[in-house]
Amino acid sequence: MSSKHHRVGDGPLIRRTLIGLAVVLTVLFLFMPLVVIFTQAFAQGWAGYIGNILDEYTLHAIGLTLFVALLTVPLNTVFGVFLAWLVTRFSFPGRRLLISLIDIPFAVSPVVAGLLYLLLYGSNGWAGQWLGQYDVELMFAWPGIVMVTVFVTCPFVARELIPLMQQQGRDEEEAAVVLGASGWQLFRRVTLPNIRWALLYGVILTNARAVGEFGAVSVVSGSIRGETNTLPLHVELLYQDHNIVGAFTAASLLAGIALITLAVKTIAEWRQSRV
Amino acid sequence: MTIEIDGINKSFGQFQALRDIDLTIPDGQLTALLGPSGSGKTTLLRSIAGLENPDRGRILFSGEDVTGLHVRERRVGFVFQHYALFRHMTVSENVAFGLKVMPRRERPSKPEIRRRVRELLEMVQLDHLAGRYPAQLSGGQKQRIALARAMAKRPEILLLDEPFGALDAKVRKELRRWLRSLHDELHFTSVFVTHDQEEALELSDQVVVMRQGSVEQVDSPLELYSQPDSRFVFNFLGQVNALPGAISGGVLRQGEAWVRLPESCDDDDAELYLRPHEVRLTQEPSQNAHLPFRIEAINVIGAEVRVELRPDGWESEELWEVGITHSAFNARQPGRGDRCYAVPDVGHLFCDHLSEPKTLSWYDSAG
Repeated sequence: MSSKHHRVGDGPLIRRTLIGLAVVLTVLFLFMPLVVIFTQAFAQGWAGYIGNILDEYTLHAIGLTLFVALLTVPLNTVFGVFLAWLVTRFSFPGRRLLISLIDIPFAVSPVVAGLLYLLLYGSNGWAGQWLGQYDVELMFAWPGIVMVTVFVTCPFVARELIPLMQQQGRDEEEAAVVLGASGWQLFRRVTLPNIRWALLYGVILTNARAVGEFGAVSVVSGSIRGETNTLPLHVELLYQDHNIVGAFTAASLLAGIALITLAVKTIAEWRQSRV
Repeated sequence: MTIEIDGINKSFGQFQALRDIDLTIPDGQLTALLGPSGSGKTTLLRSIAGLENPDRGRILFSGEDVTGLHVRERRVGFVFQHYALFRHMTVSENVAFGLKVMPRRERPSKPEIRRRVRELLEMVQLDHLAGRYPAQLSGGQKQRIALARAMAKRPEILLLDEPFGALDAKVRKELRRWLRSLHDELHFTSVFVTHDQEEALELSDQVVVMRQGSVEQVDSPLELYSQPDSRFVFNFLGQVNALPGAISGGVLRQGEAWVRLPESCDDDDAELYLRPHEVRLTQEPSQNAHLPFRIEAINVIGAEVRVELRPDGWESEELWEVGITHSAFNARQPGRGDRCYAVPDVGHLFCDHLSEPKTLSWYDSAG
């Protein structure tokens, strides 16, 4: 019998192989592409990078993407908090069904979602025809892009909040009401502080997805340069134009947002684990 | 403030939690709501607070109907079973919450709030923990902070839901005494929920025994223990020894066991209930009772020696339990498996044709 005891599966050979494999895969599939994005984006140096960003259509794509996120994120934050409150604080028939329905946007492919909106609100769809009588065009314009982005990102906040609010229960809220708190005071002073880190996490995920959504948006946007082209769509357009450096410059902006999201998410998770 | 409960009913789906509750909770007294789990005691407490809306019936505070009044308007103090302290606030912020959320016109000034919070924390003897968060407190400390928070707006009614349920025995006893003295000092009307008989009997002025959503009996602890109205109350409050049998010619009989009743009773099926201290243990049967047993177990820990007895030649649902003094135990040295006899001094007879039990005494007859 050897003097050293190992737990099952903890032999030095197994351990080193597994760690090595994980490192290689991470570098190959996660880290290298990220590096490639930035090296390609900077292939023409700083001046070229700035020049590509200041391109008229790229600037417009950035603007539209931020505009869509600016509308989507607050909307889905309010919606998510409202929904989580509803299903965790009240019991009503159909509550479980509602909790399952929240996940539809996760289950449906974004392209299918885009297509559904197109069929419903496009000029030939039944809602679209009715709106057409009033000269309202939702598809192939920014309202359509916002609509599908809201659809795709609506579960994030609610999904983060529901398990936490279920676990925390309603005791503290009842205590606050007995002590005389109004509905707003209750939310502002008791509920919100208890859910703030999970809420922030949900908002970050919503934002990341809203900025990066491609499939659903590409169906309803029509990709009109300088009008309905968001940043992810713009990357594809530039790439098809054989403007490789331009495409990677736009992609590097999205990658940058992703990195910031990751950092904030890590902080939010760390803070939440301390509460 | 007197609390009157007038014909309260409450259902959760198919389950009827409260049925036709009529109850008066006297001003300035400590009332216990006692019952097994699922008896509706917590629902009744929450209805008084306004956290549940009864389906039918009225609740009155000092004669004023508050049934339609929102929780926040009822001005009651409520202590939750699991304390429900605000986890992101310090102890002093928790205690100050009720004062801070008052409308600006009624709200005390900031220095006044600070002074009140300090006072309350001194009252619960935890002023040194003002800056701590709930997660840094022990169970007993949390409970006292919850109490201080509930008292912050000087409510005239204090409601407590299983206030000592989650604490260990020693802390529980300490807090019980402390709550009693606080109550005697401040004279608010308090109602607390418990499933612990000892706690209810020790702490309260009045006990409300509940069962399956109804009130079974309302009485002072002493009355309740010595004169239970029903078999349920008798069973629920402490150990009970039962002899089920049939009366014939003034003798209650089952198998080899019989007891001659000191009062005349009609022939009927009946059950005799005896508290452990109402029975003596002898080596020979008396002329009034023949209750043979085998000794099953002996427990010497405590002020008395508790002897568990298995009926010999007759049957009872549970083992009998009789207490004897340590000196009597040492003099006789009974062992497991020995045969002995029980002789009743006082007993409570539940006849099937009578709704009220009859209390019997054998002291006068030669035993």
